[in-house]
Amino acid sequence: MKRITNILASVVLGLSVGVTGLPAVAETPPNMLVVANRIDDITTLDPAESFEFAGADVSRNVYGKLVNFDPMDLAAGYGPDLAESWTVSEDGKTITFTMREGVNFHSGNPVTAQDAEFSLRRAVILNKTPSFILTQFGFTAENVGETIVADGNTLSITTDKRYATSFVLNCLTATIGGIVDMKTVMANETDGDMGNAWLKTNTAGSGAYKVDSWKPNESVTLSANPDFYLGAPSLERVIVRHVQESASQRLLLERGDIDLARNLNPDDVKGMDGAEGIDIHTELRGRLMYISLNGKHPVLSKPEVKTAIKYLIDYEGMQNSFLDGQYTIHQNFLPATYLGAIDDAPYALNVEKAKELLASAGVEGLEITAGVREAQERVEIGQSLQNTFAQAGIKLNLVVGTGKQTLSKYRARELDMYIGAWGPDYPDPHTNAGTFAYNPDNSDEAGATGLLAWRNAWDTGGLTEKVDAAVVEGDRDKRRAMYEEIQREFLKTAPFAVMFQKIEQNGKNAAVQNLNLGGAITAISYWPVTK
Amino acid sequence: MALVESSEKGRRRSALFSRYVVPTAKTLISIAVTMLGLLLVTFVIGRVMPIDPVLSIVGESATKATYDAARETMGLDKPVIVQFFYYLRDVLHGDFGVSLLNSRPVAEDIKRVFPATLELATLGTLMGVFLGVPLGIYAAVKRGTWIDQLARVVALIGYSMPIFWLGLMGLLVFYGILGWVGGPGRVGIFYVDVVPSVTGMILIDSILDGNWTVFKNAFSHIILPASLLGYYSLAYVSRMTRSFMLEQLTAEYITTARVKGLPERTVIWRHAFRNIRVQLITVIALSYATLLEGSVLTEIIFSWPGIGSYITTALLSADMNAVMGGTVVVGLVFVLLNIFSDLLYKVFDPRAR
Repeated sequence: MKRITNILASVVLGLSVGVTGLPAVAETPPNMLVVANRIDDITTLDPAESFEFAGADVSRNVYGKLVNFDPMDLAAGYGPDLAESWTVSEDGKTITFTMREGVNFHSGNPVTAQDAEFSLRRAVILNKTPSFILTQFGFTAENVGETIVADGNTLSITTDKRYATSFVLNCLTATIGGIVDMKTVMANETDGDMGNAWLKTNTAGSGAYKVDSWKPNESVTLSANPDFYLGAPSLERVIVRHVQESASQRLLLERGDIDLARNLNPDDVKGMDGAEGIDIHTELRGRLMYISLNGKHPVLSKPEVKTAIKYLIDYEGMQNSFLDGQYTIHQNFLPATYLGAIDDAPYALNVEKAKELLASAGVEGLEITAGVREAQERVEIGQSLQNTFAQAGIKLNLVVGTGKQTLSKYRARELDMYIGAWGPDYPDPHTNAGTFAYNPDNSDEAGATGLLAWRNAWDTGGLTEKVDAAVVEGDRDKRRAMYEEIQREFLKTAPFAVMFQKIEQNGKNAAVQNLNLGGAITAISYWPVTK
Repeated sequence: MALVESSEKGRRRSALFSRYVVPTAKTLISIAVTMLGLLLVTFVIGRVMPIDPVLSIVGESATKATYDAARETMGLDKPVIVQFFYYLRDVLHGDFGVSLLNSRPVAEDIKRVFPATLELATLGTLMGVFLGVPLGIYAAVKRGTWIDQLARVVALIGYSMPIFWLGLMGLLVFYGILGWVGGPGRVGIFYVDVVPSVTGMILIDSILDGNWTVFKNAFSHIILPASLLGYYSLAYVSRMTRSFMLEQLTAEYITTARVKGLPERTVIWRHAFRNIRVQLITVIALSYATLLEGSVLTEIIFSWPGIGSYITTALLSADMNAVMGGTVVVGLVFVLLNIFSDLLYKVFDPRAR
């Protein structure tokens, strides 16, 4: 027995010593981009169904759309992609796209107007979570035969009423607008699912990359499409590896085993500041952090109290301490870079002013209970609010819970106050205007749980009508002005105090150039990246 | 004569029946009852857990109609007891359902992630046993000396140091600073999918493929997390070994053996150690089972795509099909390890036969 123990111990030790002689990998191959990211949110690769961040990253690089954003010039807004041009009918309800010639899917099949027709109809008929992005234009499974129609090299889509053309086109740049290869998809159809089961784990696009493999919670491997119509990407492979911990991502980057670390906490970002061969890439994203007050609360619904609370938030203190570098002050519902976004930030911590406002409303000894989800930054925001509210005599009780506990109450209009985060669903101002400032029926029976204004029992006092008007305004400049006006009023009257907008800080190999994470409106683009 | 033969056969049959068939049947029934209990408890916990599986699928901005439709599709609108029976029926047909998160069959997922954990836990246990047992024995033999003290300190640190911290420190020192071992993940990024997956365990698959480059790379990745788990296993195994040995060394038969003039080595290994083998088997089986199921933090720190991180991710996302599938497999491993240790018990200890 002892001899066996000795032999085995020697083998283990010997192997360990042998391994120490192995050279550590010093750098990633020049033709490959290696990314560490949390990709455990990918649930499907089907563009008709995908609605998560990491999934959008894949889709952005795999699927062409009718119109799309140029990663090197996001500020320019949408431009032609698989559709080379478009015209709008006189009544403003029909947009007719002319398809680009000579573009092929990864399978070699040509991209046609019939593929575009199939893809959009399919997304409506399948009716998965993101389908509302299309069905809000009146498309239904019953009417897509007449409303989304290919004719030769053109595709016409006809909406139920006149909408701003920019609104419709912006929505078509969302993941759900991805054009799939009809022949390949239908060849893999099972039980009339229009290829949904197959497309969950496979891809059939015409974009710069195709998916070689997706191992849930492990990795996504993409390989370049040499026939991409904008030119073959410089990097032949992109591997996105699931690495949960910020510290591990940092180590991998410092050792040269990855090129890009997507989820670094402020400490790790600071730790790498000035490190040789590593840059910090910073981009403003679309996620907002806000607090909201329930209009059903007899005191919180008073205008003076709403304003007082907006003066009781230490925006700067939070930005400069625990949110260090990861959020920036932003006080309105449209994230910066969205059409019509304004940077007015009239509120700052002012306890005296808040006290005056509370006194004028006759409020004394107020006690509020706020629902907070268990995310660390939200709890820290709650604790900061507890401190500043107390300075004006308001007692804030935090009830920290899981998503189910907190959101269920929020959606049932049962919370006094909610500390929340909201990300836009598609790159058009209507996405946030339609939830923060839109509430056509404020009754409990309406059950409009998807609308934040309804969840806070806020009768928007005329903003609903203004949002309705802005979404159909055809003139882009007028439309922009309308959103600006809505937001200035929202800033004064809303029970929402929007506080911060997300900044994404990535650590990257200094050799990596032309990186674009997609800003506030889209996802990462790998094809312009060089090393 | 014929009558005598038939009664002889009957006795033999009855002896065979009571010796093999009855215990086997008992074991199978006990497995079935244990697994049923496990399924029921997991199912109930899953249903009362404050996480909403529907919300994870449809997202926060979904309307009530979308939410209700998804709930109905997932079968969550039916009474819990009905849901359980449907689930049980499917499991008995070998179907763990489809993961709500990645839309793949759960059984397929488990087939992919379990070998990763098995590989890690096996190496960890081997390290723990082959270092922990001798350490425990020496600590007992040299009771009160510096070796004993050292063994105690090793066990104490193993018990008290948070695995999360130790893992990150290990990565920082051995991977980050010294560059002696591979970083997070099972294998270097360039070696992903290089060797064909036969067993799902990269070390074995690379040997089968004869690809020593991949073997070395995979070994450089596994050595650190396995050592970490091995250390925890060592701490437990050495402590238990020490206490079993101490008990034996104070027994009368040992004194007798020594009085008889037997060499100390023979006294320790032939007499004392032989008598603790049986107890050690249980300890090792328990330690192995714990590593198989409890290495969640290690898997997360080292981005090890095993069953621990699979179940955790599923749990946090309310992917109950995946949670239950994973739990059933882990439960089954526990039960099988128990049966295996019972069998070894019988082999090594004639009294148990």
